[in-house]
Amino acid sequence: MVIPSILPVSINKVSVRKRGKSILNDISLDLDAVGFTIVMGPNGSGKTTLLRLMHGLQRPSDGMVSWNCTHDIARTRQTFVFQTPVMMRRSVRDNIAYPLRLAGLKAAETNKQASYWAAKVGIEARLGLDAMYLSGGERQKLALARALITQPEVIFLDEPTTNLDGKSTREIETILKDASKNGARIIMTTHDIGQAKRLASEIVFLNKGKVSEHSAAKTFFDNAQSAAAQAYLKGDIIE
Amino acid sequence: MTLAYKLLFFIMILSFSWPAQADNMRMAVTTSFHNSGLSDILLPEIQKGIGVEVQLIVVGTGQALKLGRAGDVDAILVHSKSAEEVFVSDGYGTHRREIMYNDFVIVGPTNDPARVAAATNVVEALKAIEETRSVFVSRGDDSGTHRKELSLWKLSGFEANKFSPAWYRAGGSGMGSTLNTASGMNAYVMSDRASWLKFKNKGELRLLFSGDPVLFNQYAYLPVSPKLHPHVKNDLAIKLENWLTGPHAQSLIAGYKISGETLFMPNAKPR
Amino acid sequence: MSDLWFGVLNAFRLILSFDADLYEIILRSLHVTVTAVIVASAIGLPLGAWLAVNRFRFRRLTIAFLNAMMGLPPVVVGLIVYILFSRSGPLGVFGLLFTPTAMIIAQVIIIMPLIASIAHQAIRDLWADYHDLLISLNTTKRQRMITLIWDARRSLLTASLAGFGRGIGEVGAIMIVGGNIDHVTRVLTSAIALETGKGDFALALGLGFVLIALAIAVNIIIHRLSKTERAGQW
Repeated sequence: MVIPSILPVSINKVSVRKRGKSILNDISLDLDAVGFTIVMGPNGSGKTTLLRLMHGLQRPSDGMVSWNCTHDIARTRQTFVFQTPVMMRRSVRDNIAYPLRLAGLKAAETNKQASYWAAKVGIEARLGLDAMYLSGGERQKLALARALITQPEVIFLDEPTTNLDGKSTREIETILKDASKNGARIIMTTHDIGQAKRLASEIVFLNKGKVSEHSAAKTFFDNAQSAAAQAYLKGDIIE
Repeated sequence: MTLAYKLLFFIMILSFSWPAQADNMRMAVTTSFHNSGLSDILLPEIQKGIGVEVQLIVVGTGQALKLGRAGDVDAILVHSKSAEEVFVSDGYGTHRREIMYNDFVIVGPTNDPARVAAATNVVEALKAIEETRSVFVSRGDDSGTHRKELSLWKLSGFEANKFSPAWYRAGGSGMGSTLNTASGMNAYVMSDRASWLKFKNKGELRLLFSGDPVLFNQYAYLPVSPKLHPHVKNDLAIKLENWLTGPHAQSLIAGYKISGETLFMPNAKPR
Repeated sequence: MSDLWFGVLNAFRLILSFDADLYEIILRSLHVTVTAVIVASAIGLPLGAWLAVNRFRFRRLTIAFLNAMMGLPPVVVGLIVYILFSRSGPLGVFGLLFTPTAMIIAQVIIIMPLIASIAHQAIRDLWADYHDLLISLNTTKRQRMITLIWDARRSLLTASLAGFGRGIGEVGAIMIVGGNIDHVTRVLTSAIALETGKGDFALALGLGFVLIALAIAVNIIIHRLSKTERAGQW
């Protein structure tokens, strides 16, 4: 049996306002079933809100988000890696295994899977440690392993490598490339233009709560259309 | 974690397996009776004599009567005749049986500013305290002792509730706490003799006046009416009454002494 | 001052004498309060978690009520339980008055709000931490509560121990509903009240120090067993 994909996702005329402030302003955006989307844009342009909106953590004030299925099913096949990963007050093993435990799997099975994914992201030596003792890079890796263990169709990542050193960044990028190669649809935000160049198949560029560009990565970097995107790529400050 | 729960569980099991009591009844008694230590002598003898374990609820007379009225005890042993008679006439108790009496004493500071020790009767003693406005601590808890004290003030021509709190302090607690208060304030206080003799925190206080027949204090035993409260153990209450009024108990009561002083005079009349 | 000194001496004398009556009273104190803590925790911890993860109309009112209940004088609780379980009261048929069970019920009422309130605060903070993750993972309310209770377990242990502290030192309620009956409902605190009433401060203080030692011992043992010392930062 072939399980129908939850993709594509379509955002139709969505606005998000928080405490009277407009965060996203009448956005329409369609994302295909395949690809590695990177959402870029200056601070406060609404990148995080856009991801949370798609994942269902943020309700639209106007408009609607539609997946190729109901919202309830959609979220079960997505995971979200937050900018500051939530370290549950448990061991690394129990953190990674947590989503599977929720599904009611036996401890032996979840532990085996947790070990496998911990090894994948390179923190197998930390399995028995309380998660709070992990470094920043290790925390991101734990969050990735916890995201990958459910083998999701869509992975959202919010600035997964901010504040990490080069080694950790490279390791995480490798993991993401692997996941993408294995069919995961990745939608992430970053500030790092080099990272976007290395990873993205397409770019969504946000400015002031609007989508100012949505194009293939090569097109975007070689021939950005909007003035804001050109300025951003040049390294100017965008007000 | 799990070990902690195991330990807690163990403690629970341990404590739930408390030995079950056989024949037992509950009796509300006054603090003055219990503080005297007489109950420590009588309870084992009761167990030995009639095989009944008597569980004492030690409270003031007011509360003891209340417990009896609610049917929460099987019998009461108190000392406030008028209240007891109301208790019986209202149908809460089957009858009133006098067991013994003791007496009240006036205790006060050693230097005795009101010269209570020189009084010839209790009315004189109280008048002297009122006149000199010497600090006096009252039970103030509607107990038998408190009621007795109020009646003595009345006998002396005063309304105690009109006294100035500057010298008349109504404590609102049991005999022991009241004696503690009096000891702390170096004040006059009326106590039953037994509580006074057993009291260990005397400080500067000493016994100044006693012996006036008005100060005698009759204890009576009242079984709670099984008509009103079918669950009360009236058979055990009757058994206990017969034992308390019998020759063995009466001689035990007469023979009970603290520091060489007899505390209770048995005066149960045979039926 | 000498009373205090005699109190300490008496405490040692009491403990070392292996007096059967003393150990019986200690065991009964533990029985009553530990049982009450377990029951109150079984109610209070889930209640605290429930209040933290649910939004409903009277939530603030419920929390305010719970906090107010923490300050409830034990004597009032004792009186209410007494009236309920008195032979003339609505629950009189059970004949529970002047039994350890009645004391446990009174203590559950006294310490449950304390446990629930501390638990609510601890779990509310953790929930703020976990909120996005648990929503993202599509957890049910039940799963959220279980996860939060389990992960906040060390703070919750503190909540239960606070309940134990309030219970083991409580005298107002258990005097009224227990009656302080020798060998039946006498516990450390009511024994202390009794000895104080007799003016025997040395013995009362001795028992008081035994009570303090007991409370400390229970805290240390529980912390040891739960290994909070070792991984203390959570």
